[in-house]
Amino acid sequence: MNWSAIAAIYRFEMARFFRTLAQSFLSPVLSTSLYFVVFGTAIGSRIQEIEGVSYGAFIVPGLIMLSVVMLSISNASFGIYFPKFLGTIYELLSAPVNFIEIVIGYVGAAATKALFVGLVILATATFFVDIRIEHPFAMAAFLILSCLSFSLLGFIVGIWAGNFEQMSLVPQLVVTPLIFLGGTFYSISMLPPLWQTITLFNPVVYLISGFRWSFYGIADVPIFWSLLAILAFTGICLAIIGWIFKTGWRIRS
Amino acid sequence: MTTILSIRDLRKSYADGFEALKGVSLDIEEGEILALLGPNGAGKTTLISTVCGITTPTSGSVTVGGYDIQTEFRAARKMIGLVPQEIALEPFEKVWNTVRFSRGLFGHGSDNARIEVILRKLSLWDKRRNAIKELSGGMKRRVLIAKALAHEPRVLFLDEPTAGVDVELRKDMWEIVAELKQAGVTIILTTHYIEEAEAIADRVGVIDKGELLLVKDKDTLMAQMGKKQIEVMLTEPVSTIPQSLSEHNLTLNGAGDALIYTYDTHAERTGITTLLNDVAQAGLVLRDVQTRQSSLEEIFVNLVSGEPA
Repeated sequence: MNWSAIAAIYRFEMARFFRTLAQSFLSPVLSTSLYFVVFGTAIGSRIQEIEGVSYGAFIVPGLIMLSVVMLSISNASFGIYFPKFLGTIYELLSAPVNFIEIVIGYVGAAATKALFVGLVILATATFFVDIRIEHPFAMAAFLILSCLSFSLLGFIVGIWAGNFEQMSLVPQLVVTPLIFLGGTFYSISMLPPLWQTITLFNPVVYLISGFRWSFYGIADVPIFWSLLAILAFTGICLAIIGWIFKTGWRIRS
Repeated sequence: MTTILSIRDLRKSYADGFEALKGVSLDIEEGEILALLGPNGAGKTTLISTVCGITTPTSGSVTVGGYDIQTEFRAARKMIGLVPQEIALEPFEKVWNTVRFSRGLFGHGSDNARIEVILRKLSLWDKRRNAIKELSGGMKRRVLIAKALAHEPRVLFLDEPTAGVDVELRKDMWEIVAELKQAGVTIILTTHYIEEAEAIADRVGVIDKGELLLVKDKDTLMAQMGKKQIEVMLTEPVSTIPQSLSEHNLTLNGAGDALIYTYDTHAERTGITTLLNDVAQAGLVLRDVQTRQSSLEEIFVNLVSGEPA
């Protein structure tokens, strides 16, 4: 393994994050606060507790996931698309690195940034609601796995994208609806039976359910299925990236 | 001399059937400067990109320092530095960081002293804390070179390093190249500027339509393919070349005041003495005599157009 290369890519990507540190932290803190004001206070006051958890606290895992997933995708897609856009990818392609090292560097940095923001949102949430974390290790595992798997997806998006518009296509048109319809702001048990069944085809449901279970011990689907879903998703993303580097699709002529 | 780069029957075809490289074979000796000349779309950049790993070859083999670029890509690529044709740099990053990144990417540990030497050599030391976007075009080109040198390559590819730069910077680049050669770095440069090849290359390769037309020692090439002309300037213009000089195959310039005689420098007899005697006997008075040798540019143009120089 070319550890120097991994460290170089990781450091270079993190430098981008630290250049805009205030923006990186203030933006999620502000948006989370707004969610709590609108959903937690205004709407939450009209909603009873869900399975023994106040509505404000109930939406915290979903809110964290919402930001973590979106940021993982945007960080990783931007990280690899920008060198393509600028032409600096020539250096990456001519360096003594293989695809595993490139992925670890870019995805690792993207996941780290998302993880930071996830933790900032969690800290922000404690100012608004009482939060308990029943399974801290499971919470950390779900959070890290989510950061990694969606960073992998972002990496694929970044390689696939031919312009900036396409880069925002997947997060906005696919991922955002899946997150909003995946139980971020409600329990799927609140839906009519038909919609409950349909919702089970949404992979994000498993993610948010598992993450919420790690906080409050309540879940829409069994924790085993949540874990399996995120692992399967990670595996699929890795397989696609492996194929991309093997064939040079969209990166090597 | 040791062969450091060996290219064998390298081919690159694209899905639309276009053949960018049609079986290029080339050996490059350690420590030499090879200039690759060719018109736009000749295959120069494709050749470099393929050797550097940016483009996958359709067939053929390339070894760098004995390492195959595909099966032993790590060892091979570590030996190569590439300065691309286009200025491609992260605009918001600082000069120091971007050079350090390149060193790390090629598997070298952090070495601030080494980076300092490179930045000083390229007159970038004072700009090390500047973001790339704050630099001039010439400075950015220097950063590209610094990045390529950061991992101490033994083979350096310069893809049109002086395209679009001013004369002063071009001369600076030539000096940098000369210093690198002194340090034992093998340099392969592509260029549109024939004078560049003429000034700094040891050997010249001419590539056109994906084929390497020739690779020759620069001086040999010029001696073999270059022809000399002697221009005999007259005090009084003439309307036609006198009959007595017809066997010399002369041409008259537009003003009629100079006779132009083309001869082969390698011929047993150049015919200059006879010509000058005959000119005097024809009653023409010489004002001046000038000689001119074909430039590499003329040789190149003639090679590509398929005509003799």
